[in-house]
Amino acid sequence: MFKVSYLAFALISGGLFSAPYILDSYGLGLMVGIASYVGLATAWSIFSGPTRYISLATVAFYGIGAYTMAVLGEHLAYPAILLVSLLIGAVLSLIVGVATLRLAGVYFVIFSFGLTELVVQLVTWFEVNVTGELGRYIFLELETRHIYWMLLSIAIFTLLISWGIKRSRIGLALRVIGDDEMVAKHSGIHITNIKLILFALSASIMTLIGAVQAPRWVYVEPSIVFNPVVSFLTVIMALFGGSNRLFGPVFGVIPLFLLFEWLSANFPNHYSIILGILFIGIVFVLPRGVLAFFEENYAKISSRIGRNTAEGDIK
Amino acid sequence: MLMTTLMIGLVLGGTYSLAALGMTMQYGVARIMNLAYGELMITASFATFVLFSTFEINPLLALPAVATGGFILSYVIYGLLMSPLAKRASDAGALEVDSILVTFGLLFLLQGILLVIFGADFTSYTFLNTPVEIFGVVLAANRLIALVAAVVLGGGLYLFINNSRWGRNLRAVATNPENAPLVGIDLERTARTAFAVGGMLAALAGVIVSMFQTFTATAGVIFTMKALIVVIMGGVGNFMGALLSGLILGLVEALVSSYIDPGLTLAAVYLIFLVILLWRPQGLYGKG
Repeated sequence: MFKVSYLAFALISGGLFSAPYILDSYGLGLMVGIASYVGLATAWSIFSGPTRYISLATVAFYGIGAYTMAVLGEHLAYPAILLVSLLIGAVLSLIVGVATLRLAGVYFVIFSFGLTELVVQLVTWFEVNVTGELGRYIFLELETRHIYWMLLSIAIFTLLISWGIKRSRIGLALRVIGDDEMVAKHSGIHITNIKLILFALSASIMTLIGAVQAPRWVYVEPSIVFNPVVSFLTVIMALFGGSNRLFGPVFGVIPLFLLFEWLSANFPNHYSIILGILFIGIVFVLPRGVLAFFEENYAKISSRIGRNTAEGDIK
Repeated sequence: MLMTTLMIGLVLGGTYSLAALGMTMQYGVARIMNLAYGELMITASFATFVLFSTFEINPLLALPAVATGGFILSYVIYGLLMSPLAKRASDAGALEVDSILVTFGLLFLLQGILLVIFGADFTSYTFLNTPVEIFGVVLAANRLIALVAAVVLGGGLYLFINNSRWGRNLRAVATNPENAPLVGIDLERTARTAFAVGGMLAALAGVIVSMFQTFTATAGVIFTMKALIVVIMGGVGNFMGALLSGLILGLVEALVSSYIDPGLTLAAVYLIFLVILLWRPQGLYGKG
């Protein structure tokens, strides 16, 4: 059973790499978006799924990655920039993490949102007053398919990390923390350290995704790369799929990303209304995500069928 | 120069205090962190604008009607969206996360409706723009209204909550929701009323802000953030704290923008907020 799913995962991943040879440029553009959000939502779930800390700082790290690419684009070799952005993401998230992880619940949510706004204000101020220009251009000889292959690799790598964590001792510790922090503390789990590592890991991946995706914009300015909608979509996609499951975010990203693309193309004026209704609907109808919903209902249906056949046997 | 800056800061701060009073009520008593709070304010601003520019109704006369509208709307929102969540929630943490997500959706919903009706343009109207001189500083009368309203409402609410029977119920629910029903307090009704009163205060703030500030359909988020900062600075549920923090925030903004750099006002606000959150999450005036 497990061998089959490994094989399926390898085959599907392999198939996805050949997408640029099959799809037209519009289709490839969609795949780039999906790969990027699968990476973001999975990275988000690595930290927020088990700890239940709702982070709205996704776009802060994603935007910092994109800006790193824009600033260093013409000064450093491409792989070196990716490495630098990964390091910046790791260092920043460790600093932020040390400062904030003792906040819980709503305070953490608001802090992560405020942090993003602070970063936007500071970057804007710096660009206007120090460099004198708000926008930057990114000229790199990268085609869409190169960006797609990199984003796909990051997404698959993130899924593998998430899978590794779930199978490790840390994963077990995380489940205890998620269930009851007090119990976790008393059984000798270093809660703060584990949270910090996961937060930094998750944020570094987000920064890298931002850096890889930056050349797609060509022109970059704070309001584009730090668009808070990225944070919101990441949260809603991860929750829709179910942030406690390995493939939950994937199952959230694919339908929602396509839906949002379709909505913004066909109902640009009502986009926000529909996004709002979806958000509310997901909290009410699918509080634990679409995967959990199907599993629960599948169990219910199959147990009903089982009962019926059992009754039939007695007769 | 300094006097002018201080007065501008106080008047600005009055607006923030006013905006924060309703939110501290909603979060402190009903336990709903309402992220759609700013959108409710902006909705009230647009309602006042329509009443004034189309029907020529004086904004000061429109104020009671719009405030009542805010009360009714929030009452319905609580019944439809919040009350099922409160019943379903296994603990306070679960309700907090659910309410954040739902009001988040509400934020987009309200913003989308406003965008469809009014578009994304800046809106404003001229009303009571008469100069008034105080301590040698010339200010517009409509701006002063905000400061006066904040002080009157903030002080009034403080006295009312500390001296009335209804205020005692509110405090009981705010400090100890598990045990409040034991002394005959209807938890659900108290929370719903507190949420509705909070919505009424948001609408009031929206009406007053619209008298002197340009607004857009997407400006709600900034008001929500500022109200949040004030609420957390002042200590959740603390009306005096909200009043003082709002004034401090206004003064800081005015000082930063006239002595350091106007481009850094918002950055300064967020910085103060983050520092206070880390240093005293219970707020400057909160116990803890």
